[in-house]
Amino acid sequence: MTTNPTVSGSLRNRLVLTLIGGAAVLAILLFFTVRNYAAKVAQQGQDDILGASVTSILDAAALRDGQLEVDIPYAAFSMLTTPSDDRVFYAIFQDGKFLSGYEDLSIAEGPVEDRWTFQTGEVRGERIRQVSASRTLVGLGRQTEIEVALGQTQDALADTLDQISRNAAYLGIGFFLLTAALSFWVTSTTIGQLNKLTTSVTRRGPQDLSPFKKPVPKEMAPLVMSLNSLMGRLDQSLSQSEDFIAEAAHRVRTPLATVRSYAEATLHRVEREDNREALKAMVRAIDESSRAAGQLLDHAMITFRADHLEREEIDLVILIRELVQRLNPIAEMKELTLSLTGEPSVPYSGDPILIQNAVRNMIDNAMKYAPSDSTVAITIIAYPDPQIQVRDAGPGFPPDEIDTLTRRFERGQNAAGTIGSGLGLTIAQDVATAHGGSLILKNRAKGGACVILSL
Amino acid sequence: MRYLIALVVTLLPFVGWADDWEDRLIFNEGAEGPRLRVISSTDTVLFAPVIEGFVAQNPLISVEYLVSGTADINRRVRATPEAFDVIISSAMDLQLKLANDGFALPIEDVPAPNWAQWHHSLFAFTSEPATIVINRAAFEGQPIPQTRQGLIETLRNRPDEFRGKVGTYDVRQSGLGYLFATQDARASETYWRLMEVMGGLDVRLYCCSGEMINDLADGTILVAYNVLGSYAAVRTEGKDALEVVLPSDFQTVMMRTAMVSNATAEPQAAELLLRYLVADGSAVPEGSSPLPLLQPRAGANGQETISLDPALLTFLDGLKRAKFLSAWEDAVIQ
Repeated sequence: MTTNPTVSGSLRNRLVLTLIGGAAVLAILLFFTVRNYAAKVAQQGQDDILGASVTSILDAAALRDGQLEVDIPYAAFSMLTTPSDDRVFYAIFQDGKFLSGYEDLSIAEGPVEDRWTFQTGEVRGERIRQVSASRTLVGLGRQTEIEVALGQTQDALADTLDQISRNAAYLGIGFFLLTAALSFWVTSTTIGQLNKLTTSVTRRGPQDLSPFKKPVPKEMAPLVMSLNSLMGRLDQSLSQSEDFIAEAAHRVRTPLATVRSYAEATLHRVEREDNREALKAMVRAIDESSRAAGQLLDHAMITFRADHLEREEIDLVILIRELVQRLNPIAEMKELTLSLTGEPSVPYSGDPILIQNAVRNMIDNAMKYAPSDSTVAITIIAYPDPQIQVRDAGPGFPPDEIDTLTRRFERGQNAAGTIGSGLGLTIAQDVATAHGGSLILKNRAKGGACVILSL
Repeated sequence: MRYLIALVVTLLPFVGWADDWEDRLIFNEGAEGPRLRVISSTDTVLFAPVIEGFVAQNPLISVEYLVSGTADINRRVRATPEAFDVIISSAMDLQLKLANDGFALPIEDVPAPNWAQWHHSLFAFTSEPATIVINRAAFEGQPIPQTRQGLIETLRNRPDEFRGKVGTYDVRQSGLGYLFATQDARASETYWRLMEVMGGLDVRLYCCSGEMINDLADGTILVAYNVLGSYAAVRTEGKDALEVVLPSDFQTVMMRTAMVSNATAEPQAAELLLRYLVADGSAVPEGSSPLPLLQPRAGANGQETISLDPALLTFLDGLKRAKFLSAWEDAVIQ
């Protein structure tokens, strides 16, 4: 009955993947941005100190009696102290000639744009950051240029960068995890709306074709609207066909009753045995048709009442006892005993006509299959749910059909010789569903069927 | 100076290189394991217990202990770094420059505080103040000066008694003397006035603490300035004649440092010795070692431990050194 839809991909997976992928890309971007920025700031910090140091050395240069003196301030190197004890190299040149310091350091080539020229190079196997700066000293009739190169290894910088990278990584991972969690949440709430709609569609009773009234997100409004219009059309055509069936049943029943009375009257007058047999068969066929028409009517009535269920306070015991008394003559005709046992009083809020109808169908059913001289036992219990059980001593349900018997016009294989429309259990089932309960079919261990109307 | 170098160069062929040590001693000579060559500025007397403790713990290792002056150590290591495994010196600036120039082997995870190590390659293991040592005989009935200013006044007041009888390092020869002098000059102008006064009294100049204390003990000089406290303490033991004064105006505290040579053939054994030296400070109960243990930094009473940082390179700069030495000579040699 249900055809599985063709599934291509998953909205949830698509959403989650897109969001998490985006988060991952953003996190990586964040990591590199923070790291790059931090690296720049850290390098700027080292450059500033190197610049300050080289300036203080240049400032300490003076021409005294035409001789260049460079009195390196103690602070010039002291300020280069770092937590990682970076190595320091320097060289002082006068007019391009090496004067003092480390000879393996050379002044930066190229145009001097700023007062300090920075470069990264290698000295004694270590990567260093080097600053070069120069200053022109003017003495008596003499001009000389002093150049200073100052280099420092980058261990502290590397340590700082490591630390920043680590922190940036934590930040990126944290951001990613947060976003991932968020995207799961967002996805599940979005999909949740769909699920909610699905649940409310699934949960509906088989006869419930009323439009959806619960608020839904804007994007789902068109879906719900077309669903509602579809169901509206369905409801209309369904009620049309129900009306048609009821009308047809009603129209058929009255002439049938007339035909039956004529047939009975004729039966009394006819003497010949074979004619009597034919008439008896005719009456039986008319009974069957009439009963089917009646059940069709019942069913139409039940469908209508179940759709517009009106509950009232009733006592199930009184209700069923009344029914049993009404059915007793029919039972006696079939040489059956109806026994009613159980609680003295079971108050319940429901539609008495529906419940009576359902139980009547259940007892009818039982009486149809029960052998002569047996008892159809009706038991009413109140806990945990109000239940009405009808048990007979008949052949029971065929085990492989027990699940399908409540469908409309479905009859058991062993029902061939019995009058019936196949609507009885369907009616009982519809009544149970309308009251929020269920109909349970079982076979008794000692033989016989047991039908439980659980409300 | 130039003559001196010329003299050394001329004499060098005649002096056996191996014998050219102030002292040379081999510990645990019979050991089958590696032999460590330790070059140090610390007198054998003071350092022998430490090495003996080390070889007792590591019986497979033998140690050749070579003693020389701080400036000489610097020269030798630069000339033949592969000839030594462990370099110990009191001249922090020269040691730092050696490490900065790449002569030291970095050793990771040595349990030394941050201020007592540099670049994982230079490790301090003692802290020793520069002191004024005085022959009590010269101050009979007089107060003993406790500050540099006090010393200046005493010298000025009694120039005749002290003429030719004061001594200090020749900072041109002694690396440690130069370190103390530059740090003193940095700390206070008083240093220059003291040098001028001492220069006016025909100061005797020494290469090493040991000789200075010997001369003090036999009365050749009466006052010695900037003597290493640890040497003074050992030498004055049992000698009432000498008094060690820790100047109360400011004290310069040196840290003896050690490093493993970058060119060592025995890095593992050398590292063992270095770790032993650094750990020794915390392991040996105070007073049992002749060398003063590393003191927690920034002690009370105005002690100023010289920092192990690149600033120590400043006064080693050729121009700066020339300028400082010329100012010193101007003050001292008159």
